[in-house]
Amino acid sequence: MATSTSKLIIKQRRQGNSNTWIQSQLKKIVPPLAALAVLLVIWQILCPPGSQGLPGPIQIVQGAWDPFIINPFFDNGGNSKGLAIQIWASLQRVFVGFFFSIVVGVGLGILIGSNKVIYRALDPLFQILRTIPPLAWLPLSLAALKDNGAAAYFVIFITAVWPILINTTVGVQQIPQDYVNVKRVLKLSNKTYFFKILIPSALPYIFTGLRIGIGLSWLAIIAAEMLIGGVGIGFFIWDSYNNANLDRIIVALFYVGVVGYLLDLLVLFIGSKIVAEDRK
Amino acid sequence: MSFLTIDRVTKVYPTANGPATILDGIDLSVNEGEFICLIGHSGCGKSTLLNMVSGFNTPTSGTVTLQGNQIIEPGPDRMMVFQNYCLLPWLTAYDNVYLAVDSVYPAHTEAQKKAIVREHLEMVGLTESASKKPGQLSGGMKQRVAIARALAIKPQVLILDEPFGALDAITKEELQDELLTIWTEHKVTVLMITHDIDEALYLADRLVMMTNGPAAKIGEVLDIPFDRPRDREEIMASNTYIELRNYALDFLFNRYAHLDD
Ligand SMILES: Nc1ncnc2c1ncn2[C@@H]1O[C@H](COP(=O)(O)OP(=O)(O)OP(=O)(O)O)[C@@H](O)[C@H]1O
Ligand SMILES: [Mg+2]
Repeated sequence: MATSTSKLIIKQRRQGNSNTWIQSQLKKIVPPLAALAVLLVIWQILCPPGSQGLPGPIQIVQGAWDPFIINPFFDNGGNSKGLAIQIWASLQRVFVGFFFSIVVGVGLGILIGSNKVIYRALDPLFQILRTIPPLAWLPLSLAALKDNGAAAYFVIFITAVWPILINTTVGVQQIPQDYVNVKRVLKLSNKTYFFKILIPSALPYIFTGLRIGIGLSWLAIIAAEMLIGGVGIGFFIWDSYNNANLDRIIVALFYVGVVGYLLDLLVLFIGSKIVAEDRK
Repeated sequence: MSFLTIDRVTKVYPTANGPATILDGIDLSVNEGEFICLIGHSGCGKSTLLNMVSGFNTPTSGTVTLQGNQIIEPGPDRMMVFQNYCLLPWLTAYDNVYLAVDSVYPAHTEAQKKAIVREHLEMVGLTESASKKPGQLSGGMKQRVAIARALAIKPQVLILDEPFGALDAITKEELQDELLTIWTEHKVTVLMITHDIDEALYLADRLVMMTNGPAAKIGEVLDIPFDRPRDREEIMASNTYIELRNYALDFLFNRYAHLDD
């Protein structure tokens, strides 16, 4: 009885709250939109049509309208492709490179985190390697791999692998003594310990690493593509610069920003699903 | 030779101010199936002592032997119920118990293992919450899961470190009764640390009272003579109970009064 009435009350509350839910969402959405509008107006005032230098928002929309804004999927062959296709090419590179950095970063991180000797031996090295800027790897990887595509994958990989590796290591080192005691008293097999204790316990740390890693990958690929050329949003920006087409650059930057944000949200979302699901 | 023997056990920790003797010559023999409670002031070394039975800690000198075998490492024959439960938060109550059963009985069939898990969850009254994760369980329910997990693997010795310290009075009494029922059925040997004299008098066959640290010893061992099954009200009303209780209180608060108290 008691539980069924309390459920009823909760239901009614939820319905009663649906208006306030919309209101609270509006409160979240309206201010940033308003801020954006204000900024666009200021920008437009500072950069009126006909002025030199940076175009204003209206000129950008006019200049890039056809085909870059209205048709993200056009394909005229070569590098002349819509922005969605350019972005997709960059994303594919990121996904391939990032995939390898997950495999290597999580794998090595677990190994290093569970073995103090290996940790002491390798940690200083990793602390140095991880500070090398992504693009500094590019000449080396171009020379060694002799292939633009492979070099791009490598730059993504080497950029994203450090935060994943380092966070995984910490996650494994931070496994609470309580759980290790459970392992010891039950004499759990290594396999059971790995899947039932080590991985679930380190998962939040691993996802922190993944989130930093995907952000860095996106930073790196844009810069790397400027240098290696081909289809991809990075080279598109560089190419537009060479053609003195600022409208296109700014539209492309907008895309880059939004996609970077979505990538971050995606990892955050997957992480919160997996990790929260675990600990409910 | 008794079932479990603690023989001249000392524990010395190296500290910044030189070696600190925590336990100094502990001797105790426990019979099979006995229910022992351990009481003493905070920091005297109770956990240290029982951790040497569970194998998480090792004596600096002396030995702990179970059925003639010296204890050197933890094992499922001496299962712990930890004070903070030590359940895995990402596994359901059922899976927490299953993990233990699966690991300790690798030769059992799937059906046998499942039956053992269900039987023990039912024993602690958790059948309906079996699919909940520890985060969704109350403190008392978590402790029940921990007890079910410990008993499901049929240990020879069950070690409980202040198992009910964090629970409210009613839940505590319920769990004490459940523990007694289970102990009677399983005939397991129990070593339990408690700070609650009434709890010790209700549960134990013998009450081991430790002196204060540093260099704590076993001060006295009280036999608790009440017949079993025990009735809480009945024994509490008896003169023996009051005598034993006063004796233990006098030991703790007069003869070995804690300086901080
Ligand atoms: N690794 C260690 N190094 C040095 N001293 C330690 C170490 N572990 C425990 N001690 C000391 O040993 C003493 C006994 O600790 P123990 O945890 O066994 O006490 P306890 O009787 O279980 O106390 P409580 O009732 O508070 O749980 C304490 O004074 C503690 O400071
Ligand atoms: Mg203790």
